[in-house]
Amino acid sequence: MSEKRGKECLRGKGVTKIFGVGDKKTVAVDHVDFDFREGEIISIVGESGSGKTTLSKMLLGLISVTEGEVYFQGQPRDIKGGKKKKEYWKNIQAIFQDPFSSYNMFNKIDSVLLDCINMRGGKHLPYKEKFDMMSEACSFVNLEFKELTNKYPFELSGGQMQRLMIARIFLLKPKILLADEPTSMIDACSRSTILDMLLKLRDEINMTVIFITHDIGLAYYISDEVYIMEHGKFVEYGTAEDCIIHPQAAYTKRLISDVPKIYEEWDLSTV
Amino acid sequence: MKNTLRNIFHSPRFVVGFVIFMAILLTTIIYPLIVTANPLAMVGQGNFFKPGTYVSVKDTVTSKTYTLNIEAVSNIADQLTDDNKEDMRTWLVKFGGISQEDMDAADDDELVELWLENYDSSVDQTGLTSSTKKAYVRLNDTILSLMDDSDVIIASENEDGELEESDSISTKEYVNVSDITNKRTFLLGTDNFGRDVLTEMVNATATSLRIGLIAGLVATLIGLSLGLLSGYVGGTFDNIIVFITNLFTVIPSFVLLILITYSVNQSARGATLIAVVIGLTSWTWTCRSVRSQVISLRNRDHVNLSKLSGHSMFRIVVTDILPYVASYVVMALILQISSGILSEAQLSMLGLGPSTSTTATLGLMMNWATAYSAHLNGSWWAYFPVVLTITLISFSLNLMNTGLDQVFNPQLRD
Amino acid sequence: MGKVMLEVKDLKTKYVTRLRESVYAVDGVSLKIEEGKSLGVAGESGCGKSTLALSLMGYYFAPLHYISGSIIVDGKEISGMKPDDVRRTVLGTDVAYIPQAAMNALNPTQKIIRFIEDVIHVHMPKMTKKEIYDLAKERFEILGLPEDVLQKHAVELSGGMKQRTVIAISTILSPKVLIADEPSSALDVTSQKMVIKMMRDLMEKGYIKSMIFITHELPLLYNVTDDIMVMYAGQIVETGSAKEMVFDPLHPYTKGLMGSIIVPEAGVRENKLTAIPGTPPNLKHPPKGCRFAERCQYATPTCAGMEIPNISLTNGREYRCLMSERKIREVYENE
Repeated sequence: MSEKRGKECLRGKGVTKIFGVGDKKTVAVDHVDFDFREGEIISIVGESGSGKTTLSKMLLGLISVTEGEVYFQGQPRDIKGGKKKKEYWKNIQAIFQDPFSSYNMFNKIDSVLLDCINMRGGKHLPYKEKFDMMSEACSFVNLEFKELTNKYPFELSGGQMQRLMIARIFLLKPKILLADEPTSMIDACSRSTILDMLLKLRDEINMTVIFITHDIGLAYYISDEVYIMEHGKFVEYGTAEDCIIHPQAAYTKRLISDVPKIYEEWDLSTV
Repeated sequence: MKNTLRNIFHSPRFVVGFVIFMAILLTTIIYPLIVTANPLAMVGQGNFFKPGTYVSVKDTVTSKTYTLNIEAVSNIADQLTDDNKEDMRTWLVKFGGISQEDMDAADDDELVELWLENYDSSVDQTGLTSSTKKAYVRLNDTILSLMDDSDVIIASENEDGELEESDSISTKEYVNVSDITNKRTFLLGTDNFGRDVLTEMVNATATSLRIGLIAGLVATLIGLSLGLLSGYVGGTFDNIIVFITNLFTVIPSFVLLILITYSVNQSARGATLIAVVIGLTSWTWTCRSVRSQVISLRNRDHVNLSKLSGHSMFRIVVTDILPYVASYVVMALILQISSGILSEAQLSMLGLGPSTSTTATLGLMMNWATAYSAHLNGSWWAYFPVVLTITLISFSLNLMNTGLDQVFNPQLRD
Repeated sequence: MGKVMLEVKDLKTKYVTRLRESVYAVDGVSLKIEEGKSLGVAGESGCGKSTLALSLMGYYFAPLHYISGSIIVDGKEISGMKPDDVRRTVLGTDVAYIPQAAMNALNPTQKIIRFIEDVIHVHMPKMTKKEIYDLAKERFEILGLPEDVLQKHAVELSGGMKQRTVIAISTILSPKVLIADEPSSALDVTSQKMVIKMMRDLMEKGYIKSMIFITHELPLLYNVTDDIMVMYAGQIVETGSAKEMVFDPLHPYTKGLMGSIIVPEAGVRENKLTAIPGTPPNLKHPPKGCRFAERCQYATPTCAGMEIPNISLTNGREYRCLMSERKIREVYENE
């Protein structure tokens, strides 16, 4: 598998996050190592409280790393100070779980998308060109830009809002996309659209997608690499096939056995 | 936005509060345009003239007279003092053979009637000194002279220095009020300085509203900016702000207010300064609640996304956080205005308000009324309308606040 | 054929929003459950499945309003009853209801046994505390809950344990119908499995005579219930046995729904996920004809224009579509 893998994108060594001090100390992420390659879809699977959201915030640079080192494109990541942080954030973007809280409800959809164009240095482009870019981004996610102008994000359904988020990513073209449970708040039949769009987006701009989820089935469906997380540690990682169809770690096995199946018998006696 | 405004004006509470408040505000704006006289001119020479229309006696005498065949109503009772009446009652019970119950039941006019029927200086008045007896005779004379409906004679001095009848006014002579040029209506009488209470009160309401507005704005601005910053920045900065806020909360702000106003130079203590002082001591509450809201907002995903988009802290605070707390801040501002007006009234009542007699505030008017014992001598017009105005302002502002609360927090409805 | 435990005929209910608009969330639902059977209700959010759950209790209070139709529990009509009578004579003994956030309904200041005493006192005021305790202990034991839970407060229990405790409490009177609205959705997978196991035990041991299980998670329904009913925009579009519904859906909407199932099993990665474009209709003004017509790729102009009849097949399946069974299979075959 290693020979097929892409260039190094995001690598971590002994990454740790500790909240609080003294007696109140909690280790949220405990010395994890990872190696995310360019163009791959990596799933981090864990139950609530496993530290996956903390890890994702560290990867985004929204909270500091207590211990260990994150390497970005082979170099130690340096995000001390506002300027360097902004520089790093040009390379990484995120989609969050709750589409309803992901938008500033006082901004219209146009301004959400225009902001992305301005960020990519398109501030001085004529409006016509910006309009075309926005229309293209919207049609990429099967939305009609003309119908969205002058609307507020909360007038859309949850699925449409999440698709608009993907349109944002399409305009921003970051190297890494961190998707934190992007489908857990929306309906199953809109879910597959979002997943397909993420796959399409990856192919389109050769982006690394870090997909954080609690749903092991979802992780299996979408990802190349899977990291299983328990109590702040990775208990197992490898390709989706290895990890989920032939799990080695006891925790992974339990997690898989606890999910309802449709093709095989779901054994309820093992609780 | 438009929708929110419409919702606000569909809330009956807000509308009632708004109408009352606007009525007060518009009065303070329009009234001075109609009555252009100096609101603080000391018109009356003396304290607390009761409400009513005052006409010039000279004009009354010199105006054209009309003869009307109307039975003149005596108003003797009104012209007797309370002491006179008390003496009359005592005499009538003791010597006039009237029972105490009948006496108590009689009103002033009946008292005069009873007096005229029963008083006789020649009856046996055992127990009275002769000077008292004489005093009763004089009182009787006064009453009889008041009863007299003969003409009033106007006399003037002639060349020899003697009085000479120059004119006489019969009881049937009347003047038309509209013929009298010099007259003045004091709807709410005058105060201890002889100022027209109504005009003064309108002026004072304007000043008090200004004080409330300045105090509210100062408090809200300080509270909002400190709350936003400490909530968003967090860390040590937050700890310092929280410490200062707690300090201001723990020290009773009223004591602080008294100390500050006391220490400021007397002559510099104007209405604006008092307003700023009130504002400076009442921001803590806005700061605390804004801070707690910002803390929950700063972890929202849209703020994280805004950070990832590389926006500056200032921009995030202004565009991504401020709009979410704006409705709340407007409500806090309204309450701060109301409490600012009340604080000014409290301070002024203690004599620590604006040190001035050239501007009036509602609090100062109450202070003056108390200082000159308006409440003891029955001059209700000097303080009651002021109390009512303060109550109405604070009521209307609180009503607006509850109305807004209903709109912005729909959970509270139904 | 077993005894019919719950029969619903053309039930219509609505709820009224804060802006005084009526939402016709349950618009002509008929269903029948026999003794010992369980029925799953699936559908997107906003299709009316939670409103259906509330409506089936017969306990109407604002903002939920009853319009028409009948609900018969074991031969007893409950739809016309006064809310107070429903609470005293129906809830608990005939119908029990478990909402999604049931575990948050426990008053944290009371011990678990107190709740059980409360529930039993309404219906059997003569029972002594000792008898109640023994009953509760026995029931908890059978359901695999430790006895000491009875003496604990809600805050001392974990989320999954709380949810299972609530289910045990609400079924203590052995109701004829249990309505469970997403009872496991707020839990992690392990606790979810325990809840499911418990509900199965309840059915198998006969503590509940029939069950309606509402969830948007199709793999779960497949494993829990005998039959599945798919709801769309306030109406039932298809009913059938769990196996038929998952592997042989007839209605285009069911097909779309089943095509979005994702499970961690070999071969799933090769499945093509289907997606249903568009959004469900607004139930404030439900469309006249087929409610799914707007999003259906097989729709013809007639679909939107006429009331769609419910077609019953010989094997008990029902679906609401203008296409015949043969036509549907033909169309799906050709894809």
